[in-house]
Amino acid sequence: MSTSSTGPTSRVVLTAADIDRALTRIAHEILEANKGPQDLVLLGIPRRGYPLAQRLARKLAATDPGIDPERIVGLLDVTMFRDDLSRQPTRAPGPTQLPSTGIDNKVVVLVDDVLYSGRTIRAALDAIVDLGRPRVVRLAVLVDRGHRELPIRADHVGKNLPTASAEKVRVRLEETDGPANDVVIEAGE
Amino acid sequence: MRHLLSTEDLGRGDAVRILDTAEEMSAVGDREVKKLPALRGRTVVNLFFEDSTRTRISFEAAAKRLSADVINFAAKGSSVSKGESLKDTAQTLEAMSADAVVIRHWASGAPQRLANSGWIDAAVVNAGDGTHEHPTQALLDAFTMRRHWSRLNRNASTGADLTGLRVAIAGDVLHSRVARSNVWLLRTLGASVTLVAPPTLLPVGVEHWPCEVSYDLDSTLAKGVDAMMMLRVQAERMNASFFPSAREYARRWGFDDRRLASLDSLGLKDTIIMHPGPMNRGLEISSAAADSPRSTVLAQVRNGVSVRMAALYLLLSGDTREERNELTKVSSS
Repeated sequence: MSTSSTGPTSRVVLTAADIDRALTRIAHEILEANKGPQDLVLLGIPRRGYPLAQRLARKLAATDPGIDPERIVGLLDVTMFRDDLSRQPTRAPGPTQLPSTGIDNKVVVLVDDVLYSGRTIRAALDAIVDLGRPRVVRLAVLVDRGHRELPIRADHVGKNLPTASAEKVRVRLEETDGPANDVVIEAGE
Repeated sequence: MRHLLSTEDLGRGDAVRILDTAEEMSAVGDREVKKLPALRGRTVVNLFFEDSTRTRISFEAAAKRLSADVINFAAKGSSVSKGESLKDTAQTLEAMSADAVVIRHWASGAPQRLANSGWIDAAVVNAGDGTHEHPTQALLDAFTMRRHWSRLNRNASTGADLTGLRVAIAGDVLHSRVARSNVWLLRTLGASVTLVAPPTLLPVGVEHWPCEVSYDLDSTLAKGVDAMMMLRVQAERMNASFFPSAREYARRWGFDDRRLASLDSLGLKDTIIMHPGPMNRGLEISSAAADSPRSTVLAQVRNGVSVRMAALYLLLSGDTREERNELTKVSSS
């Protein structure tokens, strides 16, 4: 494992193996909470929620052969639903792709890498309402770093990371940031 | 991007960005709730000094799908017909705190005047000025062509340009702001453009435009065309005789049934026929051509809403104050 790509003020808090174990556990938790694989849809929030959702789907399929990992994963772009659109430089919206089954009456599990203020999840909930009416919406995140600004909590958490708000939590995945595959905390200035 | 005034000064990056954003916007039309909250609380004024149905409705639909408030302002029946100047009208809109002004004006350059005069703070979108430019029409044409071109080349349209596409634009180029905007934009996106028109309907200086010019539609088609765009014969601007008769025009420069059939014999099975509307059926385009599977006329209308949503979103979301500060920094350095 290379540590050369991380700066002197950063430390690795989850290795690739840690991420894999956390996702395996979350996959089992999802199946347990849902009492099986029926009606499950995983919606990943760009950028890193989507590859995480794909990984989770493969883990679900490994546990329950009735699941087709290609058919339960979707991509949910929340750009247009953010509450800071007029305070940030213009963001270009990205694609939203739902599984062919749609999300009506499904058990939707939102997947994201880091849960922080909760504002992205609020935007995601608004986006979902415009796309259909799921039976249940749950939230799975790889890292919960605290500092919530809205009454939102995750149902499935890979790792609770107490952080200072000046610190930065960077999730690096092979799919988006390869070859790095870990979670790093960087000290703030 | 602060205003959208012309395609001549629109860079490739900005153009592709608008088309890519439009691609995402078009998905909204297929959804259960055809609305996005992105421009909630923003006000868009449609300021139309010239008659237009489809452009105004298209802008109105675009703004409403983004949850903006829309005020329609037609010069007919307003104080403009009592002699109010553009400046006074603009300042009235400013006092009503409009965030964007979509302007259609009979005078070329009116949108530039509005944008650069300092009369208003709002973003200005040119919805057609005189015989100058109509940038959103060119963008929606390019969007339609890009979808077609990507489907033919079997690649994703997002991020792509129009390199290699052969476009012919035929008809009343002299009075056409659509032709002008298309020539600049299509050049920027890498397509090659041929203008086809009777010599009387070509503007002075057309030889300096970044395109080919031809007087003969049949020979242009014979050389191979991927997108054939017919322009409307603008009877309301025809204050001189530009061609002997409508029949002669239709026979020489109109896309009639004979030319529609010739596409098949020339082996151009994937050529699309475009028209910005409103069509003069039987004059520049025959009914058979307008209703054929090659025709993209209705797709163009549909894509118009997506492209205008993209333009309004990119102009109005974002921290406009910050952008203005950046602009002043750039201009002062």
